[in-house]
Amino acid sequence: MSNDRATSTPFTKGLGFFVVLGIALLIILGIFVSPADVNQGESVRIMYAHVPGAWLAYLAFVMTAVSSAAYLWKRTRSLTWDRIAGASAEVGVLFMAMTLLSGSLWGRITWGTFWVWDPRLTTTAFLFVTYLGYLAVRGLGGTAEQRARRSSVIALLAVLEIPLVHFSVVLWRSLHQRATVLSPDGDIKMDGLMLFTLLFGVFGFTVLFAWLVSHRQRIIAMQDAQQINALDAAVTERLKEVQA
Amino acid sequence: MSHAGFIIATYGITFGVIIGLVVYTIKQGRNLSRTVADKDKPWT
Repeated sequence: MSNDRATSTPFTKGLGFFVVLGIALLIILGIFVSPADVNQGESVRIMYAHVPGAWLAYLAFVMTAVSSAAYLWKRTRSLTWDRIAGASAEVGVLFMAMTLLSGSLWGRITWGTFWVWDPRLTTTAFLFVTYLGYLAVRGLGGTAEQRARRSSVIALLAVLEIPLVHFSVVLWRSLHQRATVLSPDGDIKMDGLMLFTLLFGVFGFTVLFAWLVSHRQRIIAMQDAQQINALDAAVTERLKEVQA
Repeated sequence: MSHAGFIIATYGITFGVIIGLVVYTIKQGRNLSRTVADKDKPWT
């Protein structure tokens, strides 16, 4: 048993290097380099942390659903898919919480309140609670296969909430602004440096997501192995007791 | 810079949590790695 590299590989070490560099650059760009917005003023700087965080949470939940579908499909069935699904959901829930927090700080400046039961905020909070439930179901007892089967079904149902969250600003009257970059007409009304900073943040958080999921799915694999080994040891012990 | 407190709080929460999660993940991986046989770690 060695822990020379624990959960890392040369590939994840390379990813980690780019993550550190990317995040340092994003902070410099977001706070010091990009200009203040004509309407929002300095509070626009919150967007460079808020939007990439929301993107990462969406990406994580979609990855959870795709991996769950791959597990449920007999041809590709492997516990690795379930572990990727679980790792993605863990990361997604944390970033969704951070998105709600950073959004409420922005809301305090722009709307004068930390929270309002607006369609976007309410559906996002509902999505967050849904994935907390998904993680709770993963934590129930049973074998890794039982965990994979039941959580995969939940993941495929939960992902249907994402379009509802994204289009909530279009479907209902909302305080939250509509999509700026992913607007349906494709017309992006944003300063070049601001857009670059935002897209740089989205790219940086995507690389961070790849790093986190690579490591965390290996952690889940080791926890599964530990559980199987403990069960084997308990069975062997019991057999010895019976034979004695 | 106006609203500096809110902006610093946002960056502090976001990147503080990221650093915390990365450190926790590395530590958890190292601790688990000591208790699991190499055959259960195909990536090593």
